[in-house]
Amino acid sequence: MSVLHIVNKSPYDRNSLHTCLRLAQPDSAILLIEDGIYASIKNAAASESVQQALNSHQIYALQPDLEARGIDPERMIAGISLIDYDGFVKLTTDYDKSQSWL
Amino acid sequence: MATKKFLYVNRKAPHGSIYALESLEVVLIAAAFEQDVSLAFVDDGVYQLLQNQDTGKLGSKNFSPTYKALGDYDVSKIYVDQESLEQRGLNKQDLMPLVYEDEDDDWAEKDSIHVVSSTELAEIIEQQDVILNF
Repeated sequence: MSVLHIVNKSPYDRNSLHTCLRLAQPDSAILLIEDGIYASIKNAAASESVQQALNSHQIYALQPDLEARGIDPERMIAGISLIDYDGFVKLTTDYDKSQSWL
Repeated sequence: MATKKFLYVNRKAPHGSIYALESLEVVLIAAAFEQDVSLAFVDDGVYQLLQNQDTGKLGSKNFSPTYKALGDYDVSKIYVDQESLEQRGLNKQDLMPLVYEDEDDDWAEKDSIHVVSSTELAEIIEQQDVILNF
């Protein structure tokens, strides 16, 4: 498989997510961790671009980071998959390489 | 000691960096010196006040319950920027309830959180003697 794009910054603080979405190939996956998970909240300013990205990418979010920030899975945009730390490790091995948009 | 009006402006999300925790600690120090303290939460700072934060799996300190102690330190002016909430798909009900007991009103429990417009927040900033940013 191709690239796993990892985003750890809030879409409202940095442009990491938007640059990632602009430069990610259609078959690549996107993993939201740390403050990146704020992009998974629906009915927000960043929701539309995430929603659109779901048409061509698998998008994952790290559940412990949502829990730490008080984000209930119910608030998430439908189609984003929740993973735990083991799932995180598995994703990094499933994909050929990881690209961290620090 | 003369009392000054202190405003702490919080613009960072809570767990991705140390800013939120550091701000909270400095706020509690200023309040202990009986200064006139106000807090503003703007941009990603509004995430600091979300309910049900649980950092157990991160192995980092969960300082979010500490905001509930602010009322006991007479910090009762907590301003949240409406526009920042809306942009993030949030509203006041998503924030933890923060209250204080009003000594001028028979210790009635009152809401410390005020969701304010840009115009209102601009005026609050103007009224301060000291502004500290986190």
